[in-house]
Parts: sequence; structure tokens; C-alpha cells
Amino acid sequence: MLDSVIFYFFAGIAVISAALMITRSNAIHSAVFLITTLLATAGIFLQLRAEFLFIAQIILYVGGIMVLFVFVIMLVRLDVPLPRIRSPWGKLVAVFVAAAVAGEAGFILWLARKIPGQGLLAPLPAPSAKLPPNTEEFAKGLFGAYLLPFEIASVLLLVAMVGAVVMAKKRTDTP
Amino acid sequence: MNSVLHGVLAFVQTWWVELLCAVLIVAVVPLIAGYIVLVERKVMADMQARLGPMRVGPHGLLQPIADAVKLLLKEDLIPTNADQFIFWFAPVLSMTVALTSMGAVAFGPWFQVARDINIGLLFVVGISALGPLGIVLGGWASNNHYSIIGAMRSTAQLVSYETTAGFAIVSGLLFAGTLKVSAIVEAQHADRVWYAFLAPVGFITYLIASIAETNRAPFDIPEAESELVAGYMTEYSGFRWSLYFLGEYANMIVVGSIGVTLFLGGWLRPFPNVPWLGWLDALPTLFFVASGVFCVSRAGKQPVRVQQLLMWAVAAICFAVALLFMLAGPYEVQPLHRIYAGLYGAFWFLLKVGAYIYVFMWLRFTLPRFRFDQLMRLGWHILIPLALVNVIAVGVATALSSGLGMNRWLAMILTTGGTLLVGMLLIRWNDKHAAAASASTLAASSEVEDSYAG
Repeated sequence: MLDSVIFYFFAGIAVISAALMITRSNAIHSAVFLITTLLATAGIFLQLRAEFLFIAQIILYVGGIMVLFVFVIMLVRLDVPLPRIRSPWGKLVAVFVAAAVAGEAGFILWLARKIPGQGLLAPLPAPSAKLPPNTEEFAKGLFGAYLLPFEIASVLLLVAMVGAVVMAKKRTDTP
Repeated sequence: MNSVLHGVLAFVQTWWVELLCAVLIVAVVPLIAGYIVLVERKVMADMQARLGPMRVGPHGLLQPIADAVKLLLKEDLIPTNADQFIFWFAPVLSMTVALTSMGAVAFGPWFQVARDINIGLLFVVGISALGPLGIVLGGWASNNHYSIIGAMRSTAQLVSYETTAGFAIVSGLLFAGTLKVSAIVEAQHADRVWYAFLAPVGFITYLIASIAETNRAPFDIPEAESELVAGYMTEYSGFRWSLYFLGEYANMIVVGSIGVTLFLGGWLRPFPNVPWLGWLDALPTLFFVASGVFCVSRAGKQPVRVQQLLMWAVAAICFAVALLFMLAGPYEVQPLHRIYAGLYGAFWFLLKVGAYIYVFMWLRFTLPRFRFDQLMRLGWHILIPLALVNVIAVGVATALSSGLGMNRWLAMILTTGGTLLVGMLLIRWNDKHAAAASASTLAASSEVEDSYAG
């Protein structure tokens, strides 16, 4: 009972603030609602007993990426609302995309109707007593079974970071 | 309706200890923050050969309460051009984050809200990483140039120094091998040493980074009152301002608790495994008896009747706590002994956190403020490389001592020496580059625009 109350609480916050994030014209307001969405998603992770995912989501997305987002928004001063893009096809495209996404979501729900505890019901958390410690399992997976993909991904990120630094660096004559 | 009531009752029955701890944290931390301010003013006065606040209550003991009343009664100003919603939201966020992150801190063996969470220390660090958001949003919403500059400085500073703090924490966690807060303290008990001795470089880098993270002098350039009025809090007044203020002091308690838990043995008494230091166990009792006696001896000299009564009341509380320690300590009567263990642990923990915060104050009244470029250079050129090297060195040391059976202290001395060597090389290299850079900037100062100047 309590689990589903918590789930619907966080899910409702996530959906409502996601909608608000798209509809705000002020960039900082959008950023605040994006933060709320991310926090609510983290809350759902916690309700599903995925503690490590919960705190990773908060540290990386909210504490790291969103702080930088807000910082950049402040630097470029997007105070003026962006001019709205008007085109005759805009509404048609929007309706089509919305229908496609809704159809996909409905199809997935229809496919999942047979799986117990799935479909239109809130996902059930794993029983906490049976779970091995979350963080340790993550570490075993990352540095054991999936070591090579993990290292390749981190090297890729490092290359991208070095590339960004090189491109952003001012060219000076003196080395 | 009835089932809901039963559900709530069952919930309270299961979680009443945690709920009580949470209520205590929310209720007591603002009061403690107020008294930290009083202690800070007294310490500052002592270092500057003054008396400090003396008027309100004996020795100014009621000053924080008078300040709180004053702040609550002040007019609540919102600038016309401010962003109303975010102006309201930012200080609340700042305070909430600081209080929430205390949820996983173990103030003693029994006093912890989230006792069983597996991510323990990561929770404290991660939640308090949201602090910069409150500052940035507040600075932006004020619609004031000073505030925006302060907010931007603050973000840059916090993001840089969080990296250092993170690496320093990792070097301590490598010894503990767990993220659970209580397990970290017990690991230090089992290893018979505080991790500050095993990873001194990690502890010092964490200390410096934590001062920067709480925006305290000498790293207080986000609010630098001589340049930016008060930085991001310029437009705030009254209760909203005090929320920011409380958030800042609560944050000091949080970083102090992380440092104490990880590096200074949490709620353990100093050297818990050395038998001839057993007399230290009597120290809490002696401390309370001594403060009670002091209050009684001073009570007669207070000029006003109310102040005398207050002194007697404080003395009575001190004697009561001392009596509890004396009665409950030796006898292992179950409920009483549990309370004793909790109080005893909390005494040492709070003493250590107090010492940690005292170092903050001491540095504040000793060192002048950094310039922004100096701060960034210290962070990025010295502290982050040093912390990185330290993590690698500690990893090698744990591998040497556990894998190859090398003496733990020998491994520690070797790695610390290596880290310090790297640190000295870094400082030397850095000085050379700084000299070269300043020479070239002087030559081309007319064209180069320093975006962070001022």
C-alpha cells in the first residue's frame, strides 16, 4: 500500500513538472522544473530499492549537470523569451508525433499486460530482505563482468573531454 | 478511514526512533547554528582582545535568541524586478538540502535517522551537492549584478572544490571498505586507528576543500562584503536571509560530521583500544560537573535576578546529565545503558565536530581572503592533482598491506611521502608557470580581458 502511494506521489510530481518544464518560457524556470523531474525520478528509484541509482542520479544529474546548466543559462542571459517558431505544418507535425508516442506507450502497456505486477500497475519493489547490497553489486558488475565495455566507454568520454578542451581553448601565439 | 488510521499507527510504531531523531534534527539544528554564531563572535572577540556580546543574558548567552527574534520581526522585502517564485524557492532549497543530508549522519551509535542505508556517506555528500543550486538560483532571482557575480563565483568555487572533497573522501573510504556510516566508524574501531593518521594527505585536502565548500573565509569570495556587498544574499532580508544563514551553518555541521566520521573516528573516544587511557571515559561526566560548578560559582555575580536564575537552571541541567552518566555508565541495565551509550557517543562526536568548526573559525580570523584566480589555481593546480595522486597512493598502500602482507604503517609512510613529493613538485612547477604567465600578462595587459576580475 505504502509503496504504491509513494510511487504515485513521485510519478505524479515527475509528470507534472515535466509538463511544466516544457511549457515555461523562462529558461531558468524550465531548469527548476527539470530538477524537480529528475529528483522525482530519483525518488522512484529509491522506492524500487535501487539506492545506488538514486544517489547516482542525484549526484550526476542534479548536483553536476543541472548546476552547470543553470550556470550556463545565467552566463548567456536568456532573459528574453525565445521567439516562437510558427509554421503551417507545426501543429500537424506535433499531433503526429504525439499520437506516435502515445501509440508506442499504449502498445508497450498492452504487451506487458500478461506479466504479473506489470502493465497498468505500479512496478513492485524487490523485497528488501532478499537484496544483496546495492553498491557492491554495481561494483561487481562494472569491474567484473562488464569491465571491457565500461573501460571503453570511459576512454570514449575522456577523448570527448580532451577534444572539447582543445576546441574551446584560445589560440595563443606563445606556447 | 479506520484502516488509514491503523496504517499510520503501525508506521509510527515501527519508525518512532527515526521519526524522533528527524524531529530533533529539524528542531535543534537551527538553535545549534545560532549558538555556533555566538561562539564564533566570542572566539573572534577573544582573538582581537575584546569581550564580544555581553549584554543579553549572562556573558551574552541569550544573544542568538534575541537575534532570531529580531530577524523574524524584520520586514520581508522582495525586490520588484525579482523573480518572485525562485526568490521564494532558493533559500528554502538551501536549508532543506542541508537538513536532509544530516539524515544519514550518525551522531552517536543510536542517533541516526537513516540507519540501514547502504549508500550512507554517499547520501550525505550527494544531497549536500545540491547546495550550490540554492545559491545560484537565489543570486539569479535577485536581479542584481552583485548577486549574480556572487552566485557565479560561488558555483565555480563549489564545483571545483567538490571534486577535491570527493577524491579525499574516496581515499578514506578505501580503508573502510564500506559506505555505511556506522560501519565506517566500527571499521576504525576494529583497525585500532583513525583514518586521519593513515591518510593524512586525504584529511588535509578534505579539510581545505570543506572550508571552500561552505564558503567560509579565506574562501568567502562569493559573499566578499568589501567587494560584492554580500554576494548572492544582497537582496535578502529578514527570515529568508536567516534561512540562507542557517543553511550555511548547518552545512558546516554536515561537512564537519563527514570529516569526523571518516577521518576522526566518529563517536569513538580518542584511542579507544588503549587501556591506560580508560580514564578518558570519565571525561564527559567531569566536563558536565565542571561546567555546572562554573555556572554555580558565577551565578552570584550576575547583576539581574533573571540572569541568576538562568545560571542556576543551566547548572542544574549540567548536574542532571552528569548524574545520568554516573548512574548509567557502570551498570549495564538495558534501557538505561542504551541511553548512556548514545549520549556518550554523541558527546565525543559533537566534541570532535566542535573542534573541526573551531578550526574553521581560527582560519577565518587568521588568514586574509583569497583572490578569485588564486582560489582557482589552488583548487585546480594543486589540490585536485594532489587528491588524485593520494587516491592512487592509498590504493597502492592497501594493496601492499593486504595483498603482500607489508606493515601497514610502513606502506602508509611510503605513500604519504610519495604524495607529498608530488605535491611539492606541483607547487614548484606551478610557481614557475605563474611567474611566466604574469610576465606575459603584464606585457599584453591592454588586450587581455580578465572575465573574472572584480
